Amino acid sequence: MIKIRNVNLVDGSIVNVEIDQGLVKAISKSTGKDNFDGIDGAGKILMPGLVDLHTHLREPGREDSETVLTGSESAVAGGFTAISAMANTNPVADTAGVVEQIYRLGKNAGICDVNPIGAVTKGLKGEQLSEIGAMAESIANVRIFSDDGNCVADPLIMRRALEYVKTYNGIIAQHAQDPRLTLNAQMNEGVISAKIGLAGWPAVAEEAIIARDILLTDHVQSRLHICHVTTAGGVELVRWAKQRGIQVTAEVTPHHLLLTDDLVENYDPIYKVNPPLRTEKDVMALRQGLAEGVIDIVATDHAPHSAEHKDCEWQSAAFGMVGLETALSVVIKTMIETKLMTWAELSDRMSIRPALIAGYKNQGQKIVEGSAANLVLVDPNSHWTVDRHNLKSKSKNNPFDKMELPGVISEVIYNGNLVVQNGKQTSLGLGHND
Amino acid sequence: MKSAHLLSADDLSKQDALELLATAKELAAITDGPNKKLPTLRGKTVVNLFFEDSTRTRISFETAAKRLSADVINFSAKGSSVSKGESLKDTAQTLQAMGADAVVIRHESSGAAKRLADSKWIQATVINAGDGTHEHPTQALLDAFTIKQHLRSKDSDLSGVKVLIVGDILHSRVARSNVILLTKLGAKVVLVAPPTLFPVGVENWPVDISYDLDKEIPKCDVIMMLRIQQERMANSFFPTEREYSRRYGLNSYRLSKLSKSSIVMHPGPMNRGLEISADSADDIKSVIIDQVRNGVAVRMAVLYQLLGGAPIGAAND
Repeated sequence: MIKIRNVNLVDGSIVNVEIDQGLVKAISKSTGKDNFDGIDGAGKILMPGLVDLHTHLREPGREDSETVLTGSESAVAGGFTAISAMANTNPVADTAGVVEQIYRLGKNAGICDVNPIGAVTKGLKGEQLSEIGAMAESIANVRIFSDDGNCVADPLIMRRALEYVKTYNGIIAQHAQDPRLTLNAQMNEGVISAKIGLAGWPAVAEEAIIARDILLTDHVQSRLHICHVTTAGGVELVRWAKQRGIQVTAEVTPHHLLLTDDLVENYDPIYKVNPPLRTEKDVMALRQGLAEGVIDIVATDHAPHSAEHKDCEWQSAAFGMVGLETALSVVIKTMIETKLMTWAELSDRMSIRPALIAGYKNQGQKIVEGSAANLVLVDPNSHWTVDRHNLKSKSKNNPFDKMELPGVISEVIYNGNLVVQNGKQTSLGLGHND
Repeated sequence: MKSAHLLSADDLSKQDALELLATAKELAAITDGPNKKLPTLRGKTVVNLFFEDSTRTRISFETAAKRLSADVINFSAKGSSVSKGESLKDTAQTLQAMGADAVVIRHESSGAAKRLADSKWIQATVINAGDGTHEHPTQALLDAFTIKQHLRSKDSDLSGVKVLIVGDILHSRVARSNVILLTKLGAKVVLVAPPTLFPVGVENWPVDISYDLDKEIPKCDVIMMLRIQQERMANSFFPTEREYSRRYGLNSYRLSKLSKSSIVMHPGPMNRGLEISADSADDIKSVIIDQVRNGVAVRMAVLYQLLGGAPIGAAND
């Protein structure tokens, strides 16, 4: 039994909460000064645990940069109780065997839900559908399919994939990047790329695919999710699609809500990411889109890379940033401190809606008596300074290093158990190194 | 010079650049004499770290360093461990351990020189000898030197000089460095190319842009032709080599339209018959050989200023 006293819910009420046997057992009104044994929630906010639909865990294949266990530890440190393992592992998660392996590794780690995402096409090659049915019917119960890292560029393959997943009420999560328009692309195409002589990744390469896939989704009446939207034009297209009732959802990453392409000027590959950092105008449009709900959710695109892949010249460096542990703080900074969103909306974009899109049963539930006890307790008024070397993630390629950010996570509860207490991981997740 | 390295033409103030050009002129006068060598950098080690083939630039730096009595090590990616996949970091640390005072780096990646200078991998002075499609600052210095030599008096800057740079602006490090340096020195720069060979974002550069070479030719003092790489054609930057040559090549007809006092430049190596016809390259207006000669003097001046050599004209033993 876990008790939390005098805690704020996102609707502004102050309550006492009892958790037992994996569920929220009782909620009662608090005087704000109640005093009983348990966790002091005064001044803190209790929300359903965060849910990430876009996480790279690197296992199997690159266990030197992240494993399912270290990724899970990073997730709970960031307040996540469910993450979604992208398919671009080695071997690729394109068979029931691989997704079940990842699912089991997640169960063994045991500190958050690890839901595998299946590849849309065999080997992420974009040529032939992978065994979507087998993955959907496996123990892993896969519903999201994505070739993330690669775009499903062939319009016919994309159409078939959208049609095929309808059997399972699945969803195709598209990495929108026209490969021909982004040949050797290194960064956002614009004023900065012209100056520093790096090959450009134009906004239109993203928007052209978003537009095409929205129309395909409408045509075959399926569900589309756009991964990491980065451009003002992309937000406009999604807004247009939603107005027409097309079943499209979209995500934005924390780094695209805060960082811009002028950071690339010193050629530090810590800022090398795909899709690339864009301009101030795009950042503002993304924030506005997220606030309005046009962009449905925040997703981390947590992409671990070992040191040697960033400690080199720009072109040789890998694309990607780790972000599970800084996601909530960056969203508070960009969306709450700017008064663009309320805490209820933050909870919606980082927990409730992602769980709804993916169909994760015990996640993203409004905190009521009987709801699943996957929860995060955060102190919104405290700040912390990011030290990338102290991250739980095995990789340290975090671009917010040395930044002071708002929001300190004190407790995380998974299936009714404390996995983080007083800001430290409990023994629950330790010792499962198999 | 304020900066410890030369990575971009932007590292130089106008004053720095004029001083470097003046130093280069003094050095050129000395090395034109019977004894070409100065003792100023004796005991210093200069490494030419070339990840990309460029015999011309390498021997120019090598000659410059040797004329200042520095020890020169040529480290080329081909035939070294780099081709087996050694990282820039490991190579840099190796050079550091060997006691390099300056590293002249040519690399196919934009920003490689800056990475080397900003990293803690090596303490040496870094000189950018061309990084990807970013910059080639010593080329801009030698171009400015050559323009000044032909068109301007001793102490002046390049105010009022109108320079056309023609060709593959998008991929040209020579163009980027020249735009920065020549405009800083007061020149007016016009870039001429088909629209496919301008970078998106060029509108923020302090230059005019034009798609029409014939319109610009009669109005310039300097025409600088850039090399066209064969692979650009494969990527549809222009339809055919011949169409490019017809529209943007310097031929005898266009040569005849140039003003009387104007000069023709090319950073080399030339594709004769593509961006420049043989008779244009060899015409009396062509100062292409002067550019090569001046490259040595300018690079001597850069090494001299950055490595803090003894004053010029000190005991010449």
